Amino acid sequence: MTKINGAEIIMECLRKEGVEFIFGYPGGANLPMYDALHKYPDVKHILARHEQGAAHAADAYARVSGKAGVVWATSGPGATNLVTGIANAWMDSVPLVCITGQVVSWLLGRDGFQEADITGITIPIVKQNWLVLDVEDIAPTIAEAFHIATTGRPGPVLVDIPRDVQQALCEFVYPDHVDIAGYQPKMQGHPQQVKKAAQLIDESQKPLILAGHGVVISRAADELRELAEKAQIPVITTLLGLGGMPGSHDLNMGMPGMHGMYWNNMGIQEADLVIGIGMRFDDRVTGSLKDFAPNAKIIHIDIDPAEIGKNVKTMIPIVGDVRTVLQQLIPHVQPARHDEWRGWFRDMREKHPSITIPESDRIVPQYVINKIYEMSGPKAYYATGVGQHQMWAAQYFWSDNPYSFVTSGGAGTMGFEVPAAIGVQFARPHDTVWAFCGDGGFQMTMEELALCTEYELPIKFAIINNHYLGMVRQWQDKFYDHNLSAVRMFQPDFVKIAEAMGISAMRVTEKSMVESSIEAALRHPGAVLIDFEVEEVEDCYPMMPPGVSLSDTIDQPKVGEPEYAR
Amino acid sequence: MSGRLHTIVALVENRPGVLNKIASKWRQRGFNIESLTVGHSEVAGLSRMTFTVDGASNDIEQVTKQLYKVIEVVKITDVSDQQVIARELALIKIATTRENRGAVIEIVDVFRAKIVDVAADSLVIETTGTEEKIDALIGMLTPFGLKELVRTGRVAMVRGGTSTVTAPAQNGQYRHYRSAGEGKPKVGSLI
Repeated sequence: MTKINGAEIIMECLRKEGVEFIFGYPGGANLPMYDALHKYPDVKHILARHEQGAAHAADAYARVSGKAGVVWATSGPGATNLVTGIANAWMDSVPLVCITGQVVSWLLGRDGFQEADITGITIPIVKQNWLVLDVEDIAPTIAEAFHIATTGRPGPVLVDIPRDVQQALCEFVYPDHVDIAGYQPKMQGHPQQVKKAAQLIDESQKPLILAGHGVVISRAADELRELAEKAQIPVITTLLGLGGMPGSHDLNMGMPGMHGMYWNNMGIQEADLVIGIGMRFDDRVTGSLKDFAPNAKIIHIDIDPAEIGKNVKTMIPIVGDVRTVLQQLIPHVQPARHDEWRGWFRDMREKHPSITIPESDRIVPQYVINKIYEMSGPKAYYATGVGQHQMWAAQYFWSDNPYSFVTSGGAGTMGFEVPAAIGVQFARPHDTVWAFCGDGGFQMTMEELALCTEYELPIKFAIINNHYLGMVRQWQDKFYDHNLSAVRMFQPDFVKIAEAMGISAMRVTEKSMVESSIEAALRHPGAVLIDFEVEEVEDCYPMMPPGVSLSDTIDQPKVGEPEYAR
Repeated sequence: MSGRLHTIVALVENRPGVLNKIASKWRQRGFNIESLTVGHSEVAGLSRMTFTVDGASNDIEQVTKQLYKVIEVVKITDVSDQQVIARELALIKIATTRENRGAVIEIVDVFRAKIVDVAADSLVIETTGTEEKIDALIGMLTPFGLKELVRTGRVAMVRGGTSTVTAPAQNGQYRHYRSAGEGKPKVGSLI
């Protein structure tokens, strides 16, 4: 067999793993990798404008495509720029394989030019990382990297390879399987536990499903729907679980939690059984833990044993892959009606509609977001940033298109929206992709707009521009005595910025222009940016103030109540 | 802390960074590791770690679960509630004079410790035993002039036929990881 260099081995590995795209940025320490690139035209490199953008784009690509996202960066600042992107993927369990160049091995630990101890830095935010010091270890390490990133509870991994190792020669042998003693994720749920869970479901009068990202990751939307329909159980989807249940389905109740539907927060407190499926009882969902679901027994299905009992006490834990466990569970569950319980939800929804678009002559953000959903058809994908616009985007997301909502949940990374939309468009080249952008977050990663022109990506960007860091402003208003501090900033002309990047753009200042601008954006074959100048101090409701119980959720602010007054 | 000292035994793959990763999981939740010992186990390629941590049982259980996420961790058990033999080794350097040397030796004999080095003005004493025994010995010797003390931290093994923490059956061998310096003295010597 002929010998090839380490960089070519990396490319051979990526080809073996069926990688279509590398999101990356070149530099001194990964030059050999970029040198090898042209020999492998079937693997396309997407040049980001900042390594964080590359990581977010790969992250969103992975979420929508179901494959691992691949990221390249050089040593030192290139690698450290990935850190936010890796942390984001870690918090949301996204398979990301980061390959970083490192200074030559004899300079390691000697503060070589552009050296950073990236394997040390990323320890708490990766499933696993490696510093590869021998060219013969590259192929087995990358095989392990893909295996670990994509199996079990997915997550980011990082392979750090010194430049001399990329240049050293060796034969390419790709391991046909990976076997790691300390890493044996369980797919099947314990049959006894599954039966016990089914029994608990049969006995319950007020069961509720809390479906999380695990449903999306394991692509278990069909199974989730089947279970819900069989026993007529209302399904609440967490922020990252949105898209795991068809939006228009009778049993879909939408989102719970801090800005979730009022009826859901009350429903959780009322339920006698909570079935957590691929979710982790995050503090934004549970509120005060000691008051969470006081009347409910809890079944918790998750592939990560460390999640069981982490936040809430579980009666029946089932460790396993969500889809596999649901397939095991469904035959054991008896058909049921739960008419009374569903009626409770119907009443609650009528009494507390939670999402009502305020009547106004001006543009309210909810109106814009809802219009975009209405007009973009059933096959569209959505990426969001973080903050008020994200919560509204989640509240008004009732699409039937599975796995079509991409957002930064656990980490709450502002600036996720622009690169995320790019990653989504690469995964779904023929579908409409919207990026809901905050005016703050957009300015964090707007350099990535250039990719839309370079790679002809017809992404539609909607800046929900309230001239504030809106969520922070809302908290300062509510909890810091209206002391608005560092939430208002100079804004560049977003239309000009988009145009400078080669993207058509318009500014919408009148309510009457909203529909026509969305229509024009959807009709336009290329990328479009719309700067929606919305109502500046609109607050996001329902809201559960931090630290209180779900029962204390405020559906809508009462006029005249001083602490919630405008 | 409100809890008690827990003894945790882990079987881990012997490769670079493992200690760092495990320590990092404890650090993230603000636990202080009281003692930690690492050495080879009965399986080639696997090391056995014993660490003691102060904390409430459910907190410790949470971190133990998190430790399973470290890929190199093959098995990990809190043996605090089991019948274990727990030992520690200490080397104690005591300042001595011709006059009091006899008294020091007498204490060493009572504790069944060993004198492993004798100099004109000092003795080095080696002892193994439970922390309590070593604490007591140190307490007795300190008045003579404690010059230097080194303790290994606890190692523990479950009594009887059952193994403390055993490696699951593995097809083939555990991989041997080269250290950066191994076999490459010139390149690795600076690392």
